[in-house]
Amino acid sequence: MAATMALPARASAGSRLRRFLFSQEGILLIAIIVLFVAVGAYNQRFLSANNLSTIFLGNAYIAVAAIGMSMVIVSGNIDVSVGSLIGVLATISGTIAVSGWPLWLAWTLPILAGMAISAVSGWLIAYLRVPSIVVTLGMLSILKGGLISVTAGAWINNLPQGYHLAQLRPLGVPMAVWFMIVLTALAAFWMRYSGFGRSIYAVGGNAEAARLAGIDRARTVFIVFVIHGFFAGIAAVLFATQLSVIQSTVPPNLELTVITASVVGGVSILGGTGTVIGSTLAAILIAAIGSSLVFINVSPYWLRAVQGLLILLTVLADLARRRKRARHR
Amino acid sequence: MTSVPPLLRLDGIVKSFPGVRALRGVSFDVRPGEVHALLGENGAGKSTLIKVMSGVHRPDEGRVEVDGRPVDFGSPQEAQAAGIAAIYQELLLFPELSVAENVFMGHAPRLSWGGIDWDQTRARTAEILQSLDIHDLDPDTPVGALSVGNRQRVEIAKALSMNARVLIMDEPTAALTEADVERLFGIVRRLRERGVGIIYISHRLVEIFDLADRVTVLRDGEYVGTHEVRDVTEPQLISMMVGRTIDQLYPHRTANPGKVVLEAKSVAYPGTVEEASLTLRAGEIVGLAGLVGSGRSELAQILFGVTPASAGQILVDGQPVTIRSPADAKRLGIAYVPEDRGTQGLIRPMRIRHNVSLAVLKELARFFFIDRGREQELARRDIERFKIRASSMDQVVGKLSGGNQQKVVLAKWLATRPRILILDEPTRGIDVGAKAEIHKIMSELAAQGMAVLMISSELPEVLGMSDRVLVMREGRIVAGFDRAEATQERIAAAMMRSAQQERAA
Repeated sequence: MAATMALPARASAGSRLRRFLFSQEGILLIAIIVLFVAVGAYNQRFLSANNLSTIFLGNAYIAVAAIGMSMVIVSGNIDVSVGSLIGVLATISGTIAVSGWPLWLAWTLPILAGMAISAVSGWLIAYLRVPSIVVTLGMLSILKGGLISVTAGAWINNLPQGYHLAQLRPLGVPMAVWFMIVLTALAAFWMRYSGFGRSIYAVGGNAEAARLAGIDRARTVFIVFVIHGFFAGIAAVLFATQLSVIQSTVPPNLELTVITASVVGGVSILGGTGTVIGSTLAAILIAAIGSSLVFINVSPYWLRAVQGLLILLTVLADLARRRKRARHR
Repeated sequence: MTSVPPLLRLDGIVKSFPGVRALRGVSFDVRPGEVHALLGENGAGKSTLIKVMSGVHRPDEGRVEVDGRPVDFGSPQEAQAAGIAAIYQELLLFPELSVAENVFMGHAPRLSWGGIDWDQTRARTAEILQSLDIHDLDPDTPVGALSVGNRQRVEIAKALSMNARVLIMDEPTAALTEADVERLFGIVRRLRERGVGIIYISHRLVEIFDLADRVTVLRDGEYVGTHEVRDVTEPQLISMMVGRTIDQLYPHRTANPGKVVLEAKSVAYPGTVEEASLTLRAGEIVGLAGLVGSGRSELAQILFGVTPASAGQILVDGQPVTIRSPADAKRLGIAYVPEDRGTQGLIRPMRIRHNVSLAVLKELARFFFIDRGREQELARRDIERFKIRASSMDQVVGKLSGGNQQKVVLAKWLATRPRILILDEPTRGIDVGAKAEIHKIMSELAAQGMAVLMISSELPEVLGMSDRVLVMREGRIVAGFDRAEATQERIAAAMMRSAQQERAA
């Protein structure tokens, strides 16, 4: 027993590459590349700058919303109201813009509103210990019902010049895509290297052990929901400013698409594991699949079924990995 | 020799789990109409043995016979079909369902078209309860509304509804009031008269002398012996349980206790701890012995703020302190290695490196971000110091063996540089090598001046490691021994002495 052990403190570069390729993020990246190459070979127009820009511009907000969602799920919770929240916040943004207030308020107030609304859910979940599925299911109905009652489904037209933030193209790349990349990078860094990020994983991985280690479970969950509201707010502003009109309804099944991105991205629905890089890659993959269906002449209505298939595949892969782990113990 | 073959006979049973040999050649039998007690310390293998009997575990080696014919149970259902039923400590009932529904769960009488015959279900439940002389239980009451004693009667009725001929009872009196214990004994005797074979597991020697016909003792997974109860005495049974060999494994150390660092004065928590007082000095290891349910773990949880004390006072360095949460305790220099590392100690999906730094994230952080260099240094040092066997510091802790997981939990808490260390069953379920390493670390820590409070169900460990031994029973600290005066017999006697004996004495 006293013999010294040769213990590699960190894995070598080669094994780290191998580990990346077999990680959820690696698999998604490979899947995206394979998809672009294969569909591009079948139909060159799929790879045209125009189409790529449409794919990314139209879906970047989903990736942004999935960042916050991933944090919520890693903490051991869920938010099924995020679609309605984005609908409400987009309408708030458009209403501010057409009412003649400064544009920067139309871009920032929805974010604050998102944080405030999400803080209410977070407070109920963290401090009153109401299960998140119940709280956010209630919030979903309140937001959806409230939105339809107030706007009567009217579209917001005549949006002022310069309002369309998402469509700006610094360096030729749509602003929405910049947001997606920068926010994903910042959030990934924050989750991985900050003390708070670590405590999100700890609370989601084992709330009781985290509490014994002196981590405040309730505070952590509450702050996660506030941050989630922040990302939902940005997602809403990107959503509102990418089209010429705002429909002031909730995009159908948006919450499911966002949750799908998180889960397919490798965030365990049980909490405790997953990364926002994974969820962003998954959002890109889902968007690209949706677009490619058109190019290979498959009805886009199949997208929903393909998303479902992706979830099941991810869960099966996760199960297989867990089984393997269990056998090794 | 009896002419009838025993109802159930086990011969040379061996059962191993990864890292532990739980049973090493155990034999046991139960005859019709007898109460056969199974006795042993925690970890002696009693639970594993009854799980083999009831079909939960399949033995690695050895024979199981029912009515003299060999059987091989693949599941609890198969054992039940052979007439063997078990009542575990944690009652497995559905609180929302009625007594009758629980009794006939899974085998309710059917109507001709396959639906459940509710009239029959109720009538047969009432019949079984009558036969047990239980007249105050309505088959329609939801089980959740019943007292613990009544729930246990429902479990017994459930076993009888399956025509059990062998009934295994795992510490049935652990949670019962004295009146309920009396009624339970009445029921057990009635079953014995009917020819049911009863396997009765208990720590309480008084009960064994009261109720059992024969007694079998296990120790460390080994068969020690079987005796007619009328032929043995209490001290004989205790010495069979604890064995004679004082372990040579424990590191020798001369205690050099310093000043009192932790003092608890009459602390209490409703239902578990009543007025417990203790003092803990720098540089000493105090062993806290007691049966499961005596309030040992609960006392530790009070001291660490997991369940803050409802009464009493805690002093650290002679100053009164309030400990309302683990975070408070951590600030005061207290560390706690919990009993159940899986649910309370580890974040299983996280890496070793992230687990060992969890309690010191604030200290490791520069502004908001964790100083990775310092975190890695901490993890590397701990892996070396504790000889944690892992492929790298980035290995997920869920993949480690029990002993290595326990070392990770210990490392996490020692990273907070505590002055007071509370360990709850620090070596339960881990292999001998890791156990010795943890004992060595404990001795080193005490030598460096740390105050250590160790809860353990293993008396050799308590004796081998402690400078002082405290014994808890029924939520109170009832005895204290210095190292010189502590013996297994004295500690065991203090642990098990019943309340009546105390009053008589």
